[in-house]
Amino acid sequence: MTAATHFRTCPTTGLKIDRSAENLIKANAVVAVVFLLIGGLFGLSIALTRWPAVHLLPADWFYLALTAHGFDVLLAWIIFFEMAVLYFASAILLNSRIAAPRWGWAQFWLMLVGALMTNVAVLQGNSSVMFTSYPPLVAAPHFYLGLVLFAVGALIGCAVFFGTLVVARDEKTYQGSVPLVTFGAITAAIIAVFTLACGAIILIPTFLWSIGIISGVDPLMYKLVWWGMGHSSQQINVAAHVAVWYAIGAMVLGAKPISEKVSRMAFLMYILFLQLASAHHLLVEPGVSSSWKIFNTSYAMYLAVLGSMIHGMTVPGAIEAAQRAKGFNKGLFEWLRKAPWGNPAFAGMFLSLVMFGFLGGISGVVMGTEQINLIIHNTIYVPGHFHATVVAGTTLAFMAITYLLVPLIFRREVMFKKVAQWQPYVFGLGIAGISLFMMGAGTLGVPRRHWDITFADALSQFQFSPAAFLMLALNGLSAIVAAIGGAMYIIVVVCSVFLGRKIGDNEVVQLGPVSGAASAAAVARYGNEGTLKIPGTVVLVAVFFVSFVLYYFVNWKYLAEVWPLK
Amino acid sequence: MGIASPRAGWWKEPIHKVELIWIIVAFLWGLGMFFMMIYWHGVGNQNLSNEAYRITPAAYAAKVDKMTEEYTVRQEGAFPVVRPPPGSDVYMMGRVYMWWPMLELVKGETYRLHLSSIDLQHGFSLQPVNINLQVHPGYESVVTMTPNQTGQFGIVCNEYCGFGHHTMTGRIYVVDNK
Ligand code: HEM
Ligand SMILES: [Cu+2]
Ligand SMILES: [Cu+2]
Repeated sequence: MTAATHFRTCPTTGLKIDRSAENLIKANAVVAVVFLLIGGLFGLSIALTRWPAVHLLPADWFYLALTAHGFDVLLAWIIFFEMAVLYFASAILLNSRIAAPRWGWAQFWLMLVGALMTNVAVLQGNSSVMFTSYPPLVAAPHFYLGLVLFAVGALIGCAVFFGTLVVARDEKTYQGSVPLVTFGAITAAIIAVFTLACGAIILIPTFLWSIGIISGVDPLMYKLVWWGMGHSSQQINVAAHVAVWYAIGAMVLGAKPISEKVSRMAFLMYILFLQLASAHHLLVEPGVSSSWKIFNTSYAMYLAVLGSMIHGMTVPGAIEAAQRAKGFNKGLFEWLRKAPWGNPAFAGMFLSLVMFGFLGGISGVVMGTEQINLIIHNTIYVPGHFHATVVAGTTLAFMAITYLLVPLIFRREVMFKKVAQWQPYVFGLGIAGISLFMMGAGTLGVPRRHWDITFADALSQFQFSPAAFLMLALNGLSAIVAAIGGAMYIIVVVCSVFLGRKIGDNEVVQLGPVSGAASAAAVARYGNEGTLKIPGTVVLVAVFFVSFVLYYFVNWKYLAEVWPLK
Repeated sequence: MGIASPRAGWWKEPIHKVELIWIIVAFLWGLGMFFMMIYWHGVGNQNLSNEAYRITPAAYAAKVDKMTEEYTVRQEGAFPVVRPPPGSDVYMMGRVYMWWPMLELVKGETYRLHLSSIDLQHGFSLQPVNINLQVHPGYESVVTMTPNQTGQFGIVCNEYCGFGHHTMTGRIYVVDNK
């Protein structure tokens, strides 16, 4: 075979595209979306069960659905999509052939078989242990085996990614340093290796225990190592979705980072300082010392938080600079008002940025504070927080970039433009609702993973306040809105991919309000030299900072009101 | 652009002033949050103890039984209500599916509350006060607690512990000293 059969040249971006990389991206993305569909339906059903007036599922089905939801969305949807992002950020953005495409398919099939195996175990009904599967709760052996296969598959995917970077460098397919987006993906993949190794280290013994070869797994040790996977993998998500933010900013608006150095340093902080974040899952655990907790949640965590806070300025700053360079210079916010809000890639990306920062970021730091965790641990506040991070942040960002992948990689025109236009808003509204109302209910003490807060079958009674019931009802309503937004996404994407108009081999796609060439010319006029002005971003960041400080101290005040403890 | 290689020498370009200010502010804020936790250990009234021991479920159950035998003041449905003397060690045991036994404490007095589980992990969630502690089998943890309100307080389980998880409750009464 000649090189010509392997590659095509993208008429829009001018990138050389390896067909086998493209096929791997397609396969992973399609499977990801299928898991989002399944997991989303489980999500809706549990939200409707937690709405006391509706109380949709019986108890055993509720716990089953909750286990399936956690696995299908947090692991299957997110990680399959991340595999697509890794291949995109390596082979495609670097103009390179993909290293070892066969191993790429091994990644795909192992992950798929693993995911199906775990789902079968859950649906059989004797593995309703939640996706965290804390011992001494025990699931069927194939529940763990599926997870291990899935993790091994993902590790292979990371290896193919790194291999591709090496191939690209050796074959000189790009000049100088890798692009920022690829750099972000490298961060994600490095953390992924650590994370998946933790997963294998703890799940293999747990699997052996489930088939009776090992007599027990220490529950505290399990938690420490498991969260080495469970939390650090959230940092993969953050690195990946921040990379996606930069990619969308670049593709739609021609935005380039204010300073490459700062943005790359911020990515680096994720690697250097997040590895011990499993500490903040152990803040109210017995036998863990305070100094260990403080050190690992703050030294390690606040510097990673710093990384996110930096991106929180550099991403909108890059967009503001690009917009101003195009002449949207009036007042503080003309650049924002005149942004392409009707473009679902941009709208989804910006909503993801704002909600991740304001809802997910602030709540995460607050509840990760050693003492404050005491009034939040295992309440429904916790899922409230992470729906703001991993759904409003990561999921919405991934949805947004799909609107670019469909024309560029699947070579199909996006169908139902109006539906696509509204989709980020509908989904964003629903997710903002479920995040806020779960956090609200959690502040009132409502437990997470709980079928019945009326305690109808309990031996002794307790009554939650009517406000708690109201919060859960509002959560149910928001879940319906989110589910509609999710359905809009799936309908648009599936129809476009299979039925959309085929885009010709030489046809240029319009990704944003400006053509690629025009945005390149625009960005050439500003750079890292400190000449540009971004006053609108400064105001946004100031608002963020003030909200953060206020909310932080409000929670100390709540804490000060509970019974003295020492 | 973020999706293209940066131009050569990018690492030598100066950092924009606005970025630099934000990095400094955010870094100082992180330091502030770090010291806030340490400060609260000094002056705050809500801190967790690090006191914990390894213990077998049977040994823990024996301690709970001993307290229950000695200090039960009445029976409430399935639960004995236990009123140990102020200042003493009091025991609470998690098991599927109850928090055992019920306790009656005196407002303003300080107790050493021991927590453990004899089967799975459970979540000790005292409501509506909203104190949430993780309880492990095999570990006995101790917190020193001073109830400062009177009334009837529910204990909910907020760590998933099987299909009966939502039926796992218990109670603490706090009364005025009379
Ligand atoms: C239509 C969209 C969604 C709705 C309505 C929804 C709703 C919910 C609800 C009500 C809970 C249970 C809270 C509890 O009882 O503890 C939950 C748990 C969870 N959700 Fe979602 N969710 C959605 C999408 C997602 C997505 C896209 C992700 C991940 C990317 C996600 C990740 C999780 C995780 C990890 C849990 C925790 C499961 C556990 O406690 O074991 N959700 N969700
Ligand atoms: Cu329990
Ligand atoms: Cu429970």
